[in-house]
Amino acid sequence: MNDSVNVTAVADDGARKKDVKRKMRGIKRSAFAFPYLALSVIFVIVPLFIMLYYAFTDSVTGAFTFDNFKRFTDGWSASLILGKSLLAALVTTVICFLLAYPLALALSSTALNKKFVLVMLFILPMWINSLLRTYAIKIVLSILNVPETGFAIWIRVIMGMVYDFFPFMLLPLYSVLSGMDRSLTEASQDLGASPVQTLFKVTLPLSVPGIVSGVLMVFMPTVSTFAISDILGNTDTYMFGNIINQWFNSSSGWNIGSAYSFILLILIAVTVLIANLITKGKTETGGIL
Amino acid sequence: MAITAREKFDNIIEIKNVTKIFDGITAVDNVNLAVRRGEFVTLLGPSGCGKTTLLRMIAGFAMPTSGTIMLEKQDVTTVPPHLRPINTVFQKYALFPHINVYKNIAYGLKLKRVLTGEVDKKGNPIYRKLSKDEIDEKVKRVLKLVNLESYGHRDVTGLSGGQQQRVAIARAIVCEPKVLLLDEPLGALDLKMRKEMQLELAAMHKNIGITFIYVTHDQEEALTMSDKIVVMTDGAVQQYGTPKKIYDEPANAFVADFIGESNILSGVMKSDFLVEFCGTKFKCMDKGFGKDERVDLVVRPEDISIDGKKGALKGEVVSSVFKGTYYEMEILAEDYQFTVQNTVERAVGETVFLSIGPDGIHIMKKLKTVNEFDGVVSSENTVAFCGGEFEFVNFDGLEKGAEVRVKIPFDKVELTDDEKDGAIGANVTQTLYKGSYYQVQVYTDDDTDFFVDTVDEWDMGDRVGINIKPDDITVTLRERADEIAAEENTTEDSADER
Repeated sequence: MNDSVNVTAVADDGARKKDVKRKMRGIKRSAFAFPYLALSVIFVIVPLFIMLYYAFTDSVTGAFTFDNFKRFTDGWSASLILGKSLLAALVTTVICFLLAYPLALALSSTALNKKFVLVMLFILPMWINSLLRTYAIKIVLSILNVPETGFAIWIRVIMGMVYDFFPFMLLPLYSVLSGMDRSLTEASQDLGASPVQTLFKVTLPLSVPGIVSGVLMVFMPTVSTFAISDILGNTDTYMFGNIINQWFNSSSGWNIGSAYSFILLILIAVTVLIANLITKGKTETGGIL
Repeated sequence: MAITAREKFDNIIEIKNVTKIFDGITAVDNVNLAVRRGEFVTLLGPSGCGKTTLLRMIAGFAMPTSGTIMLEKQDVTTVPPHLRPINTVFQKYALFPHINVYKNIAYGLKLKRVLTGEVDKKGNPIYRKLSKDEIDEKVKRVLKLVNLESYGHRDVTGLSGGQQQRVAIARAIVCEPKVLLLDEPLGALDLKMRKEMQLELAAMHKNIGITFIYVTHDQEEALTMSDKIVVMTDGAVQQYGTPKKIYDEPANAFVADFIGESNILSGVMKSDFLVEFCGTKFKCMDKGFGKDERVDLVVRPEDISIDGKKGALKGEVVSSVFKGTYYEMEILAEDYQFTVQNTVERAVGETVFLSIGPDGIHIMKKLKTVNEFDGVVSSENTVAFCGGEFEFVNFDGLEKGAEVRVKIPFDKVELTDDEKDGAIGANVTQTLYKGSYYQVQVYTDDDTDFFVDTVDEWDMGDRVGINIKPDDITVTLRERADEIAAEENTTEDSADER
């Protein structure tokens, strides 16, 4: 009897000591997140609410209203432009994927000593401001004599977007493929699968988290882009981002601009949710979300 | 039943002069090996000895730099892995994490094509896929074989190490390969599980009759399970034989040291069936050595008998440890510390007499007793080799720049604690206690091995300097040295013929 009491006392003592120790070490680890938390309150959360406020109020009276969204549903122009933006983003994403996946495969499987240099070659452009890069590609396109009329204007814009966002596709793919256990592809070949069968039955399914990350990181910024279509295209290539930009540039358009931004935000949120569903339960490395 | 000639030479795998060089480092060095159909062969050796590389070449994941690999008399050296009727159980199982246990096992079956027995118009045999029912039947049967009948729908990531291991084996054997390769498959399991799996694997081998090639660094595992063991080190095969043969008659000191507990000593053959070591002559069962030839010999701890009153060697018990069914004692006699296993304990400090029967002594030819290097005479009394310059005497008849063969006996090489005190630097890669001295192998910065016989103990990985006294270096012109070697070979060959 006595013994057991003693034991609890000792255990209590131990727990207390541990507690004291933890406090003596000072702050909890979560405290390190406070600086960023403050920053995000000021620059993300509060502005979001301001945007919400503008989206649901009248520009003149300041009263609550859904009228700002009517602009989008009335007539075809705005929704048509959103559709065009989605399509352009989709095409850009697919092209980026088709270019990046074989490259990532090659980079991750080579025993090249110069692998680092090669990777840097593709990552380096990321470090230069995207606006500068866009102006640079404009010059390249004019040297290549790509016309600025008709369908060709879309080629210009999509080339610009592919060039700008390619590293965002390559990085997650490269990271998931180079982290993949080599013995899995060997096991597949050992069991009788040709290299091509192995690619489709093992490598591709296992790189899904990387693919989803890459797709999100290219698709989302391309849907809302406006600088690239502005610099490389003309009024035909106006994207949803351009329209929002236009509304915000006029003094009375903030409410409608906010409403359009809200629509875009919902779209992006839905995309992320879908992506999360796809990657659910997949624990391989390389996924960013 | 008499073995017919066909059965006797029914080699399923033949490895001929296979060498593999990675970035200038020889991982596998001119290996020749034949594996008979249905055998359980173990490749045994310390890590980095080339056993896994050899296995990967058999599987097709690596291509030999030179040499050929034959499977059922067909050259498969350049055949890609997916076209070889060979399956592998990988070290860390390599199960596909995105599909469940059932699909993992069915993976190979879905890709398999079997003969229909019919031929097309051109006379080529027609192949077909396995039907769903056939696959299902095979998967269920193999799941039962590995005791995982109810696990088909499970995720592989949720299984324990032992279960993953079974799935990996099931996945490989369900394809009915001609040869099953196993790359240290039990390495990640705990001791108890490992023992169980050893017995299960051995039983499975008996039941399904597939040829197993098994890689391990665990000598006990190799001795328990195998029909034949291939002992490897430095990319070369040291010995190939049955576990009993390798244990009882190790080919050289390395094999003796690697397989089981052993006392390795240096001795001199006095005549056929008589060897001298520790200052005493012993009867032995070996003959055919030259008179007074220096030899290595191995005595297993259980082959030494202890007596309180009489025996060949007088010694003192240094330590004694109880090992479950026997006592393991260290007994110092004639400057050699013998490891002895006996069921009767002797007190520490007690004086005892040791005797060894003729069948307890196994004589091995000394591999080499002299270091040989190619060098160049660099000035009047120095010779350059192994990245250093050494003084020597007897310069007569040698011009500067002459290409020479340099010989230094093992016991004439001096090791120094401080690298700077030596002419060249080196790392200790192996030490072997041989009775009254250690045989140390050091690896110089110039990629050559030195063997050193020394009374000092050096640890693996020690950084040392190498010194050699001028008197101890023998220098001969290389052409002349080759002539001598050729002559010696012919005399040896003719001796063999006799």
